[in-house]
Amino acid sequence: MAATELSPHRGAAPEPAGRAVEGSRAVAETVARCRPQVVPAYPISPQTHIVEALSALTRTGELESCQFVNVESEFGAMSLCIGASAAGSRTYTATSSQGLLFMSEALFNAAGLGLPIVLTVANRAVGAPINIWNDQSDSFSQRDSGWIQLYARDNQDACDLHPLAFRLAEELSVPVMVCMDGFVLTHAVERIAVPEQRIVDAFLPPYAPRQVLDPGAPLSIGAMVGPEAFTEVRFIAHGRMQQALVRFPELAQRYGKLVGRPAVELARGYRLEGARTVFVALGSVLGTLEDVVDEARADGMPVGAVELTCFRPFPAERLRTLLAGAENVVVIERAFSTGAAGIVTPELIAALAEPPAVSARSFTVIAGLGGRPITKKALRMLVHDAVAGRVARFSFLGLDRDLLARAGYGRASDDPPGSTAERLLSRLRAPESPR
Amino acid sequence: MTEITHRTASGVKFYQVGSLAVGNRLLPREQRAAQADPQRANTMISGHRACQGCGEVLGARYVLDAAMRATEGKLVVVNATGCLEVVSTPFPESAWRVPWLHSLFGNAPAVASGVAAALKAQGHEEIRVLGQAGDGGTVDIGMGVLSGMCERNDDVLFVCYDNEAYMNTGVQRSGATPAAARTATTPVAPGHPGNRFGQGKDVPAIAMAHRIPYVATASVADLRDLEAKVERAMQFTGARYLHVLVPCPLGWAAPSSQTIRLARLATQCGLFPLFEAEHGELVSVTPIRQQVPVDEYLRAQGRFAHLFADQAAGGRPDLVARIQAEADRNIRVYGLGGQP
Ligand SMILES: Cc1ncc(C[n+]2csc(CCOP(=O)(O)OP(=O)(O)O)c2C)c(N)n1
Ligand code: SF4
Ligand SMILES: [Mg+2]
Repeated sequence: MAATELSPHRGAAPEPAGRAVEGSRAVAETVARCRPQVVPAYPISPQTHIVEALSALTRTGELESCQFVNVESEFGAMSLCIGASAAGSRTYTATSSQGLLFMSEALFNAAGLGLPIVLTVANRAVGAPINIWNDQSDSFSQRDSGWIQLYARDNQDACDLHPLAFRLAEELSVPVMVCMDGFVLTHAVERIAVPEQRIVDAFLPPYAPRQVLDPGAPLSIGAMVGPEAFTEVRFIAHGRMQQALVRFPELAQRYGKLVGRPAVELARGYRLEGARTVFVALGSVLGTLEDVVDEARADGMPVGAVELTCFRPFPAERLRTLLAGAENVVVIERAFSTGAAGIVTPELIAALAEPPAVSARSFTVIAGLGGRPITKKALRMLVHDAVAGRVARFSFLGLDRDLLARAGYGRASDDPPGSTAERLLSRLRAPESPR
Repeated sequence: MTEITHRTASGVKFYQVGSLAVGNRLLPREQRAAQADPQRANTMISGHRACQGCGEVLGARYVLDAAMRATEGKLVVVNATGCLEVVSTPFPESAWRVPWLHSLFGNAPAVASGVAAALKAQGHEEIRVLGQAGDGGTVDIGMGVLSGMCERNDDVLFVCYDNEAYMNTGVQRSGATPAAARTATTPVAPGHPGNRFGQGKDVPAIAMAHRIPYVATASVADLRDLEAKVERAMQFTGARYLHVLVPCPLGWAAPSSQTIRLARLATQCGLFPLFEAEHGELVSVTPIRQQVPVDEYLRAQGRFAHLFADQAAGGRPDLVARIQAEADRNIRVYGLGGQP
């Protein structure tokens, strides 16, 4: 493995400046410094604090010449974004979960129209059963919408990704989703350095749209395209998104220099030197994962981590490079595809299979669904099991087998009548007297 | 607006039987139809793929040229999916000579709101926004976002071209389809005489309930009135709603030559009242000049043929009577009975 692929330990990074602030507030302040001109908003937990803060920043005049619009739905929110962006304004909104799915049709449309909208997704599970807590099923369900997807590892990252997102979106005419784990990040108060206005201004020039609705130069946008050119339209969109694999690192370098923090990477390695078992993950679990890797290393276990920031476009080359020395790759996923398995894993396997193939064995661990905490203890066990070769190809971290058995789902073939969720909950509440 | 339609500056009334058209040459220049102006914007040019006799395209051409005149060319148009969009923009062609954006079927009011918000943020409020959709895109799938647009009083004129069904997908029933009409999803079968009788969905009234500055209904039978209402709408800022009846030869199963006549019969029988409302209150109605029974309007359309078929059994006079009662109610409620 080349030395350049090895990232420093966290201890090497400079102590971040900044103040203790809630993640949502810091993101809202950062977004405000990106000077969006139109922000339609619709509330959903755990995204609410972001748009609340933006409405306040608009009303106090700290965010100037911005239209903050309280809309009637997320479908309306993304549709307003489409109109505003096509009319040449920098446009932003935020949502979660059901809200993201409610705007799904408009998400595909925004991408198809090449509109550089930036959207924060405060990641949350998708019902039913309704669940307001964190996992990443929402944004992963929109994997193929044509949006760039960036996942924040912590709140500093969540802030720093926003100026990058606007810059990248506007350069490439591709919309960008910045995904941050709901509650875990959005509601966490920690020390965060909100990038200063002069820095954001230096990094992010005013929006210069590629095409705009202008009575002086009328254009038809959104025409019907048939079989004769639709494939080519998608081919071009693919190419544009792929450019992000080159532009994102360049822009991140520039931005990193301006703010005096290490540049965010598409994917980065953590303690990969000599690592035979490598854990791949995205989002807020990375902090805990690093701690557990550090402990395991101290115990002499050859483990490391690959930390994925950019899921769309998929940085296949970069991952191949990072995982070149791995024998076992354990992908920790906070979402899954019911009836198949992981969502990241198959893409990773395909990337590793490109010649010259990286012949690592892959494992998928589904973790942290619907807000179940991914504890240090659970990760520690996972690391030990993985090193000892005791991890199944596909498993659920911390699956409560006892609860399943008590509710009558002990074996795969058991399927008692009635509502699954209510059955499980009733057993959970009255463990002594199973009905 | 009735003033402009019926009178010259000298106050002389002009009538033509069956039509309210007045020779443009008899009017002062500024009162002439936008379409009469050789310098008109010609916002939707020929070459599009609409059916012969399409009321929707006719209506759109008049609406947009009038809007272009009223805004001195400073207009942005947002279009929902539907016939109007499909016939006008098969890539790489476009019939539009106006900045025009098509996004989705159900979001045109919201997209239009977004354009208006952007123009406001940019300090370009002199550029006006017009959203347009068919009845499906307005009264059904676009209803939520339309209501949002009205409730926020966003500076958009939203125009619904009502041909009373989902035409683009092959004439399926919409929330604006009249009772007893045969559509592809309300087929006529024994015991099922077309679309069900319901309470109807009166979107102009719903728009009025939002107390937006201006709501009006219009029809392609009286194009000068349609133009005048667009011009009036453009004098207001805030949300405005215009509901235009646009017969569809294909969906209504009527000859292309009958589009204007059917639109006229719809108002003359009382089924489609023409009115204007400002800030939630009715300010003018167009009285019926020569009332006709609904029978005459219904008989002229294949989609109602089952009401008159099987003459031995007498057709369905009971259903025709129910439709007549609906027309009578409109005449009573809107006061359409007087002479102009
Ligand atoms: C979300 C969604 N559902 C359904 C459709 C299919 N669709 C396209 S146009 C249309 C009918 C349009 O009807 P209307 O708005 O009345 O316009 P018309 O074609 O009659 O002018 C339908 C159902 C679609 N494009 N998008
Ligand atoms: S189907 Fe009807 S609405 Fe559509 S183009 Fe033809 S006449 Fe016009
Ligand atoms: Mg229709």
